[in-house]
Amino acid sequence: MATMISGVLAGWRRFYGENPLHLLALLGCFALAGYAVSFAVQAPTPIQLGIWFVGAVIGHDLVLYPLYALADRSLLAGRRARRRRHARPSRVPATNYVRVPVLGSVLLLLVFLPVIIRQGEAAYEAASGLTMEPYLERWLLITGAMFLLSAVLYALRRVRSE
Amino acid sequence: MPPLPRTDPVELDPHPHPRTAVREPEYGFPRGLWAAMARRRPPGPPFSPRTWRSPLRGPWITSVFGAILLVGMPIIIITGLLSYIAYGPQFGQALPADVGGLRLPLFDWPTRPSWLFRLNQGLHVVLGLVLIPVVLAKLWSVVPKLFTWPPARSLAHLLERISLALLVGGVLFEIVTGVLNIQYDYIFGFSFYTAHYWGAWVFIAGFVVHVALKLPTMIRSLRSRSLRAELRTPLATTVPEPPDTHGLVAEHPAEPTLSRRGLLALVGGGVVLMAVMTAGQTIGDAVRASALLAPRSRSYGQGPNDFQINRTAETAEITPTVVAGWTLTLTGGRQPLVLSRQDLLGMPQHTAQLPIACVEGWSTTQTWSGVRLRDLAARAGVPTPANAFVQSLERDGAFNQATLQANQVLDPDSLLALRVNGADLSLDHGFPARVIVPALPGVHNTKWVSSIDLRSA
Repeated sequence: MATMISGVLAGWRRFYGENPLHLLALLGCFALAGYAVSFAVQAPTPIQLGIWFVGAVIGHDLVLYPLYALADRSLLAGRRARRRRHARPSRVPATNYVRVPVLGSVLLLLVFLPVIIRQGEAAYEAASGLTMEPYLERWLLITGAMFLLSAVLYALRRVRSE
Repeated sequence: MPPLPRTDPVELDPHPHPRTAVREPEYGFPRGLWAAMARRRPPGPPFSPRTWRSPLRGPWITSVFGAILLVGMPIIIITGLLSYIAYGPQFGQALPADVGGLRLPLFDWPTRPSWLFRLNQGLHVVLGLVLIPVVLAKLWSVVPKLFTWPPARSLAHLLERISLALLVGGVLFEIVTGVLNIQYDYIFGFSFYTAHYWGAWVFIAGFVVHVALKLPTMIRSLRSRSLRAELRTPLATTVPEPPDTHGLVAEHPAEPTLSRRGLLALVGGGVVLMAVMTAGQTIGDAVRASALLAPRSRSYGQGPNDFQINRTAETAEITPTVVAGWTLTLTGGRQPLVLSRQDLLGMPQHTAQLPIACVEGWSTTQTWSGVRLRDLAARAGVPTPANAFVQSLERDGAFNQATLQANQVLDPDSLLALRVNGADLSLDHGFPARVIVPALPGVHNTKWVSSIDLRSA
């Protein structure tokens, strides 16, 4: 009996690729998501919801991710170019002193883009009675401060390594 | 050296060279299709394994990010679902109105502690924002699997990848809609509540199954390296994780430019940065200005009415003319009772220090005074109402009315506020009178109240 069950299970595994519980869990997942979607399609603009859902994935995986990967590759290409000119690698590579403030700045820009570019200002003003005027300047100042701090730390590291 | 047999499981492989010993993938049904696709790998990036060169990718680092999200995401999910209950779905005033069985069991949202809604929304929004860098790092760590070839090796693999589309699409959709909403950017053109609620359930479906399927892998991977040892490993001695069967470790790793602890510090730094930029608007007025980029980080000044406004009188078309000669109408008793502001000021006044918290995750605590709602209910002849329906002078607007539960009417600190911080309410804050109830979602603290219907069961 036990060998029969394990034989059936092995056969199932060869056919499906995982044990039966794997399929059960996924069917539960699709049932729940499908039930939620059955409500969402009753919204006034279901197509738009779908476009934003798919667009969020494409926007991250196929637009933003390649952009930041390419930016990082070009930073590293600069590092290799320097290597070719100088026999000895830099004692304090600058790479991460550029990466960190750039990533910090881009993160804030991505998240706070609406207030920075004043998109949706009318609704904000109707709610709060304020304009979005200061945010671009604030973001630029924070960005500047992060680069400055990074530059100071880099300089200190270089001095200490002399 | 003789070549190792290709069937050796990687765990037994003492050989440090990459990949030679990793097990060939076994294909499930339909085997011919997957094998044929495998032979036709599109040339070059991103499908070539040579595309993915980061020496830091691997099951351990993915599992560290996964473990953080495994703690954080359930808090965001539960606070989000609690928020729905706080809006009073039993009165049809939580959106979307019809959710079938997809909500927490109904219960009367409590009025104590008075900071309950403030904490709930602060956690939901601030945690949602501070985990963005972790979500991005997690996606970075697994991105090679998006371009794995063949796209599936079995039906199991195919179905799991579809569930991952729900997970990743869900989390990104929730981040995007949430981030836009707190900044009043309604560019998406659909109802935020509907979108964020149904997006959440799609995400929950993907999240739960992902945890169920991957938890053992996560635990095993976390145990494969010591966090303490990683935190002591500098760049010079950073090496890739051993070859894995998950397709995360690079087959042709580049030279590291960042240590594993450096990557963790980078992501942690992103978390701290987001926290500094946002937490101030929910912690309170003393540190509000520190949240430099948060929409509700700004001060209105030092006066008694200089705190966050959520809908200006101008927007609501409430002018001094509209409120001139204002009276409050109480219905539900034997006959309607009409009270002037003078009548209300003549009743016993009660003062309470209460937060007002917005679903968008900001809040402010002020000292309100006015007439207790339960005194008004008694005066109207309905001392124990089943609920109360409050209407505003405001003609349009989604929140020009709200229904309060019995406990929200009867709480000793629930007020029809006439004054704040010792001064009359300003027109922007609801003059001549507004509701303020402990732990109630901000927008249900109706401003410019014109009538209250005290309803018996």
